[in-house]
Amino acid sequence: MSLPPNFSCHRSERRRRAISETTRTADSHANCAVHAVNDLKAEFAATGLGAVLEDLDRDLVGLAPVKQRIREIATLLLVNKVRKRLGLEGDTPTLHMSFTGNAGTGKTTVALRMAEILNRLGYIRKGHIVSVTRDDLVGQYIGHTAPKTKEILKKAMGGVLFIDEAYYLHRAENERDYGQEAIEILLQVMESQRDDLVVILAGYDDKMDAFFRSNPGFRSRVAHHIDFPDYSDGELLEIAERMMARQNYVLAPDAREALADYIVLRRRQPLFANARSVRNALDRARLRHSTRVFEGSCGGVSAADLSTLRGPDILASRVFQERQQALGGS
Amino acid sequence: MRITQGAFSFLPDLTDTQIKRQIQYCLDSGWAVNVEFTDDPHPRNTFWEMWDLPMFEVRDAAGVMIEINKCRKVRGDTHYIRLNAFDNGHGCESVRLSFIVGRPNSEPGYALTRQEGPGRTIVYTTRAYAADKPEGNRYRD
Repeated sequence: MSLPPNFSCHRSERRRRAISETTRTADSHANCAVHAVNDLKAEFAATGLGAVLEDLDRDLVGLAPVKQRIREIATLLLVNKVRKRLGLEGDTPTLHMSFTGNAGTGKTTVALRMAEILNRLGYIRKGHIVSVTRDDLVGQYIGHTAPKTKEILKKAMGGVLFIDEAYYLHRAENERDYGQEAIEILLQVMESQRDDLVVILAGYDDKMDAFFRSNPGFRSRVAHHIDFPDYSDGELLEIAERMMARQNYVLAPDAREALADYIVLRRRQPLFANARSVRNALDRARLRHSTRVFEGSCGGVSAADLSTLRGPDILASRVFQERQQALGGS
Repeated sequence: MRITQGAFSFLPDLTDTQIKRQIQYCLDSGWAVNVEFTDDPHPRNTFWEMWDLPMFEVRDAAGVMIEINKCRKVRGDTHYIRLNAFDNGHGCESVRLSFIVGRPNSEPGYALTRQEGPGRTIVYTTRAYAADKPEGNRYRD
């Protein structure tokens, strides 16, 4: 009487065979390595991932370490996919991530891209992103938190759950805070439904460090800690130009110079929020620009007038005035 | 006696993978999915009790499976559980797909009652053996 083959035996047998087959072909064909490489490249092309990564490179200024890390993750998943086909499957890798960095360094933007990349690689089925903060997860009274958190998790299934300012979930000063309950549910789902959802935590450096210190469970379940560096002055200027171009504005040469000065000065001030500060500055410049155009107009205005920011629009900023005062005072 | 209501009920019970794929089809078609349960399996009992609210914003079947499994944990073995997919599209506005995803451990079936009517007519009616017991205590050993 023959026993049915044990499943795990069967699998390891299959794996052994796959390996031996690979080695055999390696022996017989000298160009096997080339074949394999070609295969991976073809696989890469088939996912359409090249375009997404190129977009990422083109659309996002700077952030070299982040882009590098995303490429690595993409490659890992690709290789994993091919391995799986050859019967070499291991566990699915955990892809929960934490994005840390100062304000305005592009954490949310990258998270959106991440969802698309993971979807292209077939790691998540839907590729949508559910963006939440503490308010959406934590309830206001006993018994309110669990259903609320589970509701969000249900919505996020098959996609990415992006928790912005994740450190607010844990309030160290209040041990009866409901945030802890949300954390426990999250941890449980992050572990048991790794195939169904990817959790991305985002927040400022120092606060996230404290958060992870007080919740060691999170640290160990989050495989990828990605740090977003601050932008350099040049990068911020480039970002500003792209923002303006997207809204059909043009920076006149003197405005560009003024903006470069502005960025240098603004960085020295408190509450500097990288790209977000630049965006706010530009919004205010647009305000002054429209006032200037409106008040200066007698008769017709040209399209060029309506879309060109000039030096004075930016130089009228509070930041420059403060410098004037500082210079005058000293 | 195995009761047959809704789609797929003449097939062997669907596995969870099959259920998941059916649900994904419903969600991809834009239908709202909800879970219901009952312990009164009479075919004319169309209003089953709702398990939680309909899931309007869930995008992936895994989210619905969470609710099904929760319902099975609480109501399974003693209740029938079904899944409905509601299509709110113009011209339909009703349930598109409904199938059983959980059954009690044993299904005792129905008794057929014959009632003598005026003349020599006979009125037939079916009554579930399980319905002899009060609600909530049915299908328990």
